[in-house]
Amino acid sequence: MDVLYFAWVRERIGLPRERIETTAATVADLVAELRTREERYALAFSDLSALRVAVDQQLTTFDASLKDVREVAFFPPMTGG
Amino acid sequence: MRISVQEDAFDLGREAAAFAGGGKDDTGAIVTFTGVVRDNADAPLVAMEIEHYPGMTESALREMAQTAVVRFDLADVLVIHRYGRLVPGEVIMMVATAARHRVAAFEAAEFLMDYLKSRAPFWKREISANGAAWVAAKDDDEQALGRWQDRPRTG
Repeated sequence: MDVLYFAWVRERIGLPRERIETTAATVADLVAELRTREERYALAFSDLSALRVAVDQQLTTFDASLKDVREVAFFPPMTGG
Repeated sequence: MRISVQEDAFDLGREAAAFAGGGKDDTGAIVTFTGVVRDNADAPLVAMEIEHYPGMTESALREMAQTAVVRFDLADVLVIHRYGRLVPGEVIMMVATAARHRVAAFEAAEFLMDYLKSRAPFWKREISANGAAWVAAKDDDEQALGRWQDRPRTG
């Protein structure tokens, strides 16, 4: 699936998007997997309360399923307007 | 209904006039809100950079606008939001709502702004003499949504 990062999450991880092959069942499982990759991921995902997640471009929660999902995005709380 | 997420500046007067001109006969009230890049008192702002999530931004705004149309019985809605690099004083975005009566038009504009602030995927970064910093979301913005969930519908 495609994993996208925005704002400071993108800056900490160092790239805007990447293709990830995973068997993670939920967003939380995917986060756990990413955290073990490298220090920059561990840092970006150190505090989930500071993050929001969208699955296939719909805001959701970290317990959301990844079944048949094509795109997951991680970002800080939004500041539009 | 028109939703536009764009980098370019837009003509506020022309957009407002076109919106009013496209109204239905039973429209009695049009409210427009305009968001402007504000300067900081403590560290003068050089620029504001707005990042967004192409695709999701448009669909999230469209969904909010559709919800507002139903909830406030609107005749029409316009949302324009810019991204990219803006300087203080520049217009960031506008919302316009058309309804039979002003209460619904005002409330719908507030409803859209409240949702847009914390549910549309935009992120602001302020660049000042002190450096660059991502704007943190305010608890107030999240709390502002609560009033639309607690309050009975208008319309």
